Amino acid sequence: MSAAVAVRSAAREVGVVWLGLVALGTGFGVVVTGYGFPWWLAPLISLTVFAGSVEFILVGMLAGGASIAAIALTTFVVNSRHLFYGLTFPLHRVEGRLPRAYSVFALIDEAYALTAGKDPAMLSSGRILATQAGLHLSWVGGSLLGALAGSLLGDVEGLDFVLTALFVVLALDAYDERPDRVTLLLATGAAGLAFLVAPGSMVLVAMSVFAATLLIRHRRGRQHA
Amino acid sequence: MPDPSYVALAIGVAAAITISLRALPFAMRRLLAGSALLADLGRWMPLGALTILALYCLSRIDLGAPDHGAGPLAGVVVTVLVHRLRRNAVLSIVAGTAACLLLSNLLPW
Repeated sequence: MSAAVAVRSAAREVGVVWLGLVALGTGFGVVVTGYGFPWWLAPLISLTVFAGSVEFILVGMLAGGASIAAIALTTFVVNSRHLFYGLTFPLHRVEGRLPRAYSVFALIDEAYALTAGKDPAMLSSGRILATQAGLHLSWVGGSLLGALAGSLLGDVEGLDFVLTALFVVLALDAYDERPDRVTLLLATGAAGLAFLVAPGSMVLVAMSVFAATLLIRHRRGRQHA
Repeated sequence: MPDPSYVALAIGVAAAITISLRALPFAMRRLLAGSALLADLGRWMPLGALTILALYCLSRIDLGAPDHGAGPLAGVVVTVLVHRLRRNAVLSIVAGTAACLLLSNLLPW
């Protein structure tokens, strides 16, 4: 598959998610200039760190003059959920050393969500990379747009709903693909528990609890086998 | 703006930690290659992770907002209904987001 074909097919299927990231990125750009930082800092952070939620926290900490150690610890805690993505992301479908390195670098929540539920055999190298590069470009472009023109754009309430809709749709699809009630129940229980005990780091705690239940489930399955 | 070298160092540290966290599981995966555990995780993890991300987004709906969360809640209902009827991810996302935008912005809350 040529690069152009891969980009077009990715755009058809995940273009709406790219638009969602442009909208969210715009919000980030507005926040960065709102703290009094120069316009180029927002796209620079989005290009290099490329991790939505932690970027919002990072600029707040920078504006407040937080210590590098505090910034490092916060980044570590907030982004630790990424430890669970690489285990099942179809990196073996990506060809070439540099493209693979990029694919790992650009493994954000949305990139995992858009690929992990799918049959890896249906995902080409170009398709995975186009999906990720599109997410990256949209996030950087949105950050630039927000930093330059944020005050002119006004505030459209609810455009970031695209991501909520995305995860709901992908969870429905993943369930249809493999209607596994036990997994659904364990994940829902883990999320509910995390929401109650650690609302500030709900995703990390939920993923950790869920992963622990999977380990137990795996052991028990082995014993019965 | 604070000292540029402080800002550059902070961004570098945040970027390095983020990419390390993304890369580490691939190393673990090499250790687990071919194991039954990795096969089980591959079977269970995607649905579980997506369920958690979806529930996280739902938990962030602000019921104290001017619209009392009516926009996003209606958006979720429309997204699920359209997806059950047509099974077209793009259509479901656009329809749900349109419902959310309409309710959040156009109605006089």
